[in-house]
Amino acid sequence: MKKSTKKEQPAAAAHGFEKAQSSPVASLLIRGGRVVDPAQKLDGELDVLLRDGRVAQVAPPGTLKDAAEIVDAKGLVVAPGLIDLHVHLREPGKAYKETIKSGTAAAAAGGFTSVCAMPNTTPVNDSPAITRWMQDPERGAVVNVFPIAAATVASAGERISNYGALHAAGAVAVSDDGLPILDDKVMAGALETAALVGMPVIQHAEDTRLTQGTQMNLGATSFRLGLRGQPAEAEWRMVERDIRLAHGTRGRLHVAHISTARALELVKLGRQTGVAVSAEVTPHHFLFTEEECAGYDSRYKMNPPLRTAADREALLAGLADGSVDAIATDHAPHALFEKEVEFDKAAWGITGLEIALGAALTVLYHERKVPLARIVALLSSNPARIVGFDGRGTLAVGAHADVTLFDLKANWTYDVRKTRSKARNCPYDGMRFKGRPVMTIVGGRVVFRA
Amino acid sequence: MTSKPRSLLGIEPLNPRQIMDFLTLAKKMDPARPRNSLRGRRVALVFYENSTRTRTSFEIAAKALGATTVVIHADSTSVAKGESLKDTGLTLRSIVDAIVMRHPSSGASVLLDRMLGIPIVNAGDGMHEHPSQALLDAFTILQHKKTLKGLKIVTVGDIFHSRVARSDALLFSKLGARVVLCGPEVLLPDVAAELGPNITLSRNMDTAIKDADVVMMLRVQQERLAGLQIVVDEYIRRYQLTASRVRLAKKDAIVMHPGPMIRGMELTDEAADGAQSVVLEQVLNGVKVRMAILEMLLGGRR
Repeated sequence: MKKSTKKEQPAAAAHGFEKAQSSPVASLLIRGGRVVDPAQKLDGELDVLLRDGRVAQVAPPGTLKDAAEIVDAKGLVVAPGLIDLHVHLREPGKAYKETIKSGTAAAAAGGFTSVCAMPNTTPVNDSPAITRWMQDPERGAVVNVFPIAAATVASAGERISNYGALHAAGAVAVSDDGLPILDDKVMAGALETAALVGMPVIQHAEDTRLTQGTQMNLGATSFRLGLRGQPAEAEWRMVERDIRLAHGTRGRLHVAHISTARALELVKLGRQTGVAVSAEVTPHHFLFTEEECAGYDSRYKMNPPLRTAADREALLAGLADGSVDAIATDHAPHALFEKEVEFDKAAWGITGLEIALGAALTVLYHERKVPLARIVALLSSNPARIVGFDGRGTLAVGAHADVTLFDLKANWTYDVRKTRSKARNCPYDGMRFKGRPVMTIVGGRVVFRA
Repeated sequence: MTSKPRSLLGIEPLNPRQIMDFLTLAKKMDPARPRNSLRGRRVALVFYENSTRTRTSFEIAAKALGATTVVIHADSTSVAKGESLKDTGLTLRSIVDAIVMRHPSSGASVLLDRMLGIPIVNAGDGMHEHPSQALLDAFTILQHKKTLKGLKIVTVGDIFHSRVARSDALLFSKLGARVVLCGPEVLLPDVAAELGPNITLSRNMDTAIKDADVVMMLRVQQERLAGLQIVVDEYIRRYQLTASRVRLAKKDAIVMHPGPMIRGMELTDEAADGAQSVVLEQVLNGVKVRMAILEMLLGGRR
């Protein structure tokens, strides 16, 4: 990916979202596009009719006529709405970084129709009340928000929270993201209890006993920079243990933002032995390596850290061959003052909602020739399966009318000044991508138009 | 002269010619014969960490060139009140021409340089680099040896935590010396060999020091050894520079230490004060080299 100083069209016209919001329609016909729906093994020119918030019909081009609004999708891919399993929307408690409204506006601009929001808010989302509060229409969410509740009370890693009540309130998974569950018994209890309710346990796999004071990946680069490094071992040891516990409890384990080759190998092995384990990879881990930290640019500081070139290759191979289940952004907005500081004082995290699809299409589709159906699966049908969504991640008749239209070939340059997020902590400004979202439809309503 | 760097952030970004330019200029510098080349220039010495040697020698160097200096200690300023490095830097930029900074965070001077765009001298940043020390070490070696090319230079001690070790190894390697880093694994991880070409590792001091031209000893903090569960007596037995170990090196080898020395720990009195020790020359050369650094970055720029 090349940096470009030339500013092209912004990621989306600024007026698109407001106009769309003001014109909800009962029926919408998406005409002439290439429908790619891996859940139905569909890939071809088809028209899609959305009515009353659902997919009403999918039929050969030109056979559907009855609609209040018609979208010309000629030359575009029509995919089931993208689902991000891993975002930080910062509300409640940290609205200066991001709000549910601003974060979901960024999601819509990135082609996402649903986002799963991590519980490391203030206070921690370990209660049905906060879970419901996050989904309240008052929050102004632009796309569907599905809370991931804290796996343990206050994410303290000691007592598991009330999964039944949290699930009933709308939580789709449990996780102590950022504060991994170290205690074997607690993790086993989480897996066992979550399985009873039908939720996966999402683990940020990091043995924090091995990572105190660390700032980046451990290796020759961290040594040269004089920064303390996180060993790959801290991740894979945790994944190894979690798979063992998932096996013993028959629980469902989802490994968040997997970043090392060895951890991915363990996931593959676990799956082969029948363990219900899945894994997600972030755009930044398949785009970058630890070398990016060489300039002490804190925009490249995130957890897990950027790893080696060999790790990146393993992740790309896993994305291509299906051993990685999903692409998730780990969108982690921060205020500038939290990032424009010494590397070891900077907040961890990087935004990613607005570039995820562009990055996937640029690197996976155009550079690595990964089939489009596989990429759509990584961004839509697989995430839907992992969190057990019914009627999302597919364009089957009767499914929710969540649709993402994208242009496979459009070249564009990301301009962070135009971001819909409140935060700008990413290194993507001026970066060129090939392939971009053109329209995002949630529940039959256009919420973003490029 | 080759292209002149704006700042001195580390040895890593310098090429051998630029390094030699600093060393050549240092030969012309003498604190006993003040110059006026930086008259009217204002240099801030910002110290977020305590330092005696480095701060005083930069201050004397700046004054010997005619510059106006202001020394700022982090604990006595708005920094202590929570001001960010960026804001402190921006404030200083409007009143000084250059900043010499010592900071506990690796990369702090790189950040300052990027944010301010004025000459920054890294006077030590975390475990990253201490380029003025490496330059003065090279200068000292060149007073005793014709060239660094082909010399065997052994650095012994806590290399992992040492910014001096990193800058030294990079510089000696760039100028063609054979660098041997020596210490136990917790203080010297295997990846240290990847710092540059001609850098090798040794766990055995007697082997490492054999036929060395230069022996560079680094400070080893007892608290640190305890934290890493190293028995002090065992460390001393294996890695302390003694008079008998000095004899394993070449007859004309020199013994160096960037200071502060801990006698009885990394070296004995005999090694520190022996005929081959050049530790005090290093201190004097520190002023000359720092004069050259300031002259190089600020001289002739109006």
